[in-house]
Amino acid sequence: MAQKTALARLTEVATGRGLPLLRRAFDGVQRVAGEVTERLLGSDFEDRFRVLADRYEQLGGDPFGFDPEAVRTAALASAFFHRAYFRTDVYDVDRVPAGRVILVANHSGQIPIDAAIIGCALFFDANPPRITRAMVDKWAATLPFVSTFFSRMGQVVGLPENARRLLNMGELLLVFPEGMRGVSKPFSERYQLKDFGRGFMRLALETKTPIVPVGVIGAEEQYLSFGRASWAARAFGLPVFPLIPQMLLPGGQLPLPTKYRLFFGEPLYFEGNPDDPQFVADKVYLVREAVAHILRRGLAQRRSIFL
Amino acid sequence: MSMSLAPPTPIAAEPGAVVITGICGRLGRRLARKLHRQRRVIGIDRRSFPDRPADVEHHELDLRSPRVREVFSAGVSALVHLGVVHDPRGDTAEHHASNVTGLQKLLEYVEYFGLQKVVLLSSANVYGPRPDNPQFLSEEAPLLGAGPFSRIRDLVELDMCAQSFFWRLQEVKTVILRPAHILGTVRNAPSNYLRLSVVPTLLGFDPMLQAVHQDDVVRAILLALAPSARGIYNIAGPPAVPLSRVLELLERPTVAVPHTVARLGVERLFRWRVTSFPAPELDFIRYVCMIDDARARQELGYAPAHGLVSTLCAVDEERWLG
Repeated sequence: MAQKTALARLTEVATGRGLPLLRRAFDGVQRVAGEVTERLLGSDFEDRFRVLADRYEQLGGDPFGFDPEAVRTAALASAFFHRAYFRTDVYDVDRVPAGRVILVANHSGQIPIDAAIIGCALFFDANPPRITRAMVDKWAATLPFVSTFFSRMGQVVGLPENARRLLNMGELLLVFPEGMRGVSKPFSERYQLKDFGRGFMRLALETKTPIVPVGVIGAEEQYLSFGRASWAARAFGLPVFPLIPQMLLPGGQLPLPTKYRLFFGEPLYFEGNPDDPQFVADKVYLVREAVAHILRRGLAQRRSIFL
Repeated sequence: MSMSLAPPTPIAAEPGAVVITGICGRLGRRLARKLHRQRRVIGIDRRSFPDRPADVEHHELDLRSPRVREVFSAGVSALVHLGVVHDPRGDTAEHHASNVTGLQKLLEYVEYFGLQKVVLLSSANVYGPRPDNPQFLSEEAPLLGAGPFSRIRDLVELDMCAQSFFWRLQEVKTVILRPAHILGTVRNAPSNYLRLSVVPTLLGFDPMLQAVHQDDVVRAILLALAPSARGIYNIAGPPAVPLSRVLELLERPTVAVPHTVARLGVERLFRWRVTSFPAPELDFIRYVCMIDDARARQELGYAPAHGLVSTLCAVDEERWLG
């Protein structure tokens, strides 16, 4: 009997005093979270989101599996990295022409965060906002969750057929001609461009698509890689296995909070025979020089890696 | 040379009969019902066709039987080959022999009796689901389906047989149709999969899928029977959607299983005869195998009449009728 009254009193205290207190605390947290969300996403997030959603509604859905709703889900986390963690400075994003276009950027950072940040810049900072379709390695398509996530975010397996179809849809393609060689480059080779693949140039010539060179500064210092272990890559069935000591430290799994700077160059227009290997190689060299030039200028301006 | 060996001249005035192999399948019966008012229809199938329309002639024959030849001897002008045997449980070698020799014999009769039209129903499965597939496969894509899944070998080989026939005899208007997953009352793997009471999916995989309504496939076959049609055509239905969306629209309960576990599990269950899905079929819910049907739309004038919802709901049609 006595037990029951004690329990009843406890319940009363809990509902009468405890709950309102909890609710106030919860409301406070919610308000702060709302403010932070607004600060990160920007006040015009809904408008930007609508522009994208409308575009794909008009196209009758995206055959590659891009889902605008998924952008909404991923927006907060990406905006946190874009605006707060890497504090990206975006220069001349308005140089990206409307309609189909190929962005060619330097690739680095062990994990393709550079692609995500370029995607953020084109969604959060460009007018009108655009979705970036990056070409991913087919290895990613065999991974659970990763394959689905990439597909919903508009990324496609890097095949010329896919790229051609996207360009014909008037999409913005992001290409890293350095490929896997670039993303896994060790710290000692930072900002040194690897050899460029030539597929993007053949596509650009075939479809008469402008190319915008992009320099990404900051990504090459986010993980300090001391080399590659090819035996480990073979053993684990990975395309590459970088040696990153910081991964062993607590919290070292996150990239270093370097400052990202994105420089968009003037669009380049090429015309000519896509089946002439020498001609294609010459034009690829021009694009590579354009990216290298942007990187040199950006690095010369930079005062600090972190500020 | 005796006179009897010379091939008879085909009757040109009125369109001759259409021979449909595998007419007793659900697709075959639907095709027969659509076609028998316009043209004479002759069916060949090992099974019986109890409720057939009165003007449909039916022969209960194995395709390898010598009596099939007699069916072709009288005023036949077109062949629709639907009689491909798929039975995941059956003897592989026996199946292979019956499928391949069956088609070889049929093509022999087509050549000998001077038929003008051959329609083979192949499948988009011959391309195979692969991580490095382009999002849209054209008709020129290599037929790699048999690599991980040897039971598709039959289908690939039939497709190849028909292709060599297509190039060798240019005067016969050969049409090879490669439809995406056919959904409806048909008893095929994709329809059976969507009819499961709890649908298993692979954890973390949600590929884009194309499906086509069985009646749209029948429509495509009718278009392929037009005198001028000749070629290899992919046949897709409404725009592709992710698997999760399909299951959402059908309101199916699902269970996500890690792909490694699923593979081992399905292998065991198949061996114990609990499931009729062979383990390599799991790739169809893991990777994309999507086709581009632009050529069929341009040259055949094909367009699917069924939207996404009615295509998907077709798998339940007979369930409610009992």
